[in-house]
Amino acid sequence: MITGEQKPIDEIREMISPYKRILVLGCASCVAECAAGGEKEAAMLASTLRIAAKMRKENVLIKEKTLDRQCVRDFIISLDDIIGKYDVVLSLGCGAGVQAVAEIFPEVPIIPALNTGFLGETKDQGYWVESCLGCGDCMLYHFGGICPLARCSKQLLNGPCGGSMDGRCEIDPDVECAWHLIVDRLTKFGALDRLENIYPPKDWSRKQGKGPRKIVREDQ
Amino acid sequence: MNNISKLKRVLEGGGFAVTAECGPPKGANPDVVLKKAETLRNKVDAVNVTDNQTAIVRMSSIAACSLLKTVGIDPVLQMVVRDRNRIALQSDILGASALGIRNVLCLSGDHHIFGNQPQAMGVFDLDSIQFVQVVRTMRDDGKILGGDDLSQPPDIFIGAAANPFADPLDFRVIRLAKKIRAGADFIQTQCIYNLDRFERWMGMARDRGITDKAYILGGVTPLKSPGMAKYMKNRVSGIDMPDEIIKRMEGVPKDKQQEEGINICVEAIQRLREIPGIKGVHIMAIEWEEVVGEIVKRAGLLPRPVFD
Ligand code: SF4
Ligand code: SF4
Repeated sequence: MITGEQKPIDEIREMISPYKRILVLGCASCVAECAAGGEKEAAMLASTLRIAAKMRKENVLIKEKTLDRQCVRDFIISLDDIIGKYDVVLSLGCGAGVQAVAEIFPEVPIIPALNTGFLGETKDQGYWVESCLGCGDCMLYHFGGICPLARCSKQLLNGPCGGSMDGRCEIDPDVECAWHLIVDRLTKFGALDRLENIYPPKDWSRKQGKGPRKIVREDQ
Repeated sequence: MNNISKLKRVLEGGGFAVTAECGPPKGANPDVVLKKAETLRNKVDAVNVTDNQTAIVRMSSIAACSLLKTVGIDPVLQMVVRDRNRIALQSDILGASALGIRNVLCLSGDHHIFGNQPQAMGVFDLDSIQFVQVVRTMRDDGKILGGDDLSQPPDIFIGAAANPFADPLDFRVIRLAKKIRAGADFIQTQCIYNLDRFERWMGMARDRGITDKAYILGGVTPLKSPGMAKYMKNRVSGIDMPDEIIKRMEGVPKDKQQEEGINICVEAIQRLREIPGIKGVHIMAIEWEEVVGEIVKRAGLLPRPVFD
């Protein structure tokens, strides 16, 4: 899932200040899962902005709407009938959602209300952790299902640095040392010998070799 | 002659090597480096120059190594992968070799979150083991990553670091073995206070038959005060500081504490010399370079060998 967090309200208000008719646009997928941009959050943000406007006696129209997915064209075009009523869209989608809407409706300014974070998992209620960098060539097999690229603070591929203590990463005692987890897990599976290999430098061209990445599937 | 690694000659000649450390200044004044060099001259075989240690911006280690060379000291260039991608690392290795720097210690580096540039983009394109392997391939095969030929290979004695005290313990020896397999000629360890654990680790390394495949130099750091010992115990990751050492430092009057720190350091060196597979010591007297000479002398390691 792609995570996001709402920007500070003052920053949002500053960005929308020139506009009078505002559509707050949520997304019911990833950012809803991480409680930052779904239907509930869109409604809350819209009402906060309405109250603030009212208190300042500003005459602004603020409506909200949530798409199933803000990054998919088929859902975005459903805005066709209503978008003309607004002079700005305040998006609670991830960065991809914001750009997708902007591309389909180039005449309407679109403003991000979230800071997009990382590819992560929901560990618990209100607790999300980064687990993948989207490197384009998954190596999880070698590392017992724990990603050292995303979860080791130094992206080491050949074992822990000298700073890991009691299973904690040197950067912060709240962070688990990915390498400690990897060693434990491979020991459990009797596969520690996998780590005797010297893993070569990562091929980052699969991530950033030719600019933004594309997937084109002729069979689709 | 000036362009041969003295460290390598001492080790290959079967001598017990002594290295020290010099942190470059947070400024552009070359005299700071040269002054430290003077206090270390003839006391040690080679001097490590740290590379923006603790992620604090300092004079570049290549430049400081080059300054050491001008006064006839054999430098060990520390290079961390934190700040340079594979293009910059390989380029700097060639540059260092061209400047006559003959020893490189390949490190991952302290995370930048600890330094004065926590907003930096950490690079970590290679890890330290990959870096060792890259330098070895450059030197021995005359090739860079990807296989292109070099017009002239670098002439580098390759070092790596080992921390016998970090976790997980069992994996520490595997990692040492990997570093040596990747091409490390010499190893400098994290500072050793818990000698029992260090001996166990060396025993594990000997059982794997790796202690004779690279020269292992045990790291030591003289303590200045009980406060420093406590700080290292609690705040410096990867240090194993036994309580007896702290007690011993606390047990002497304040004006004798530095002396006691030196005593502990000299005793540690003497014990290290007895451990099979240890080929030298690396003295990291952090911003206290002036005591290195005394430590070396009292450990019975003077005079240092001279080569013509
Ligand atoms: S190896 Fe790459 S694709 Fe696999 S989890 Fe890590 S970053 Fe993601
Ligand atoms: S402590 Fe563990 S997770 Fe943190 S940088 Fe070192 S090896 Fe990576």
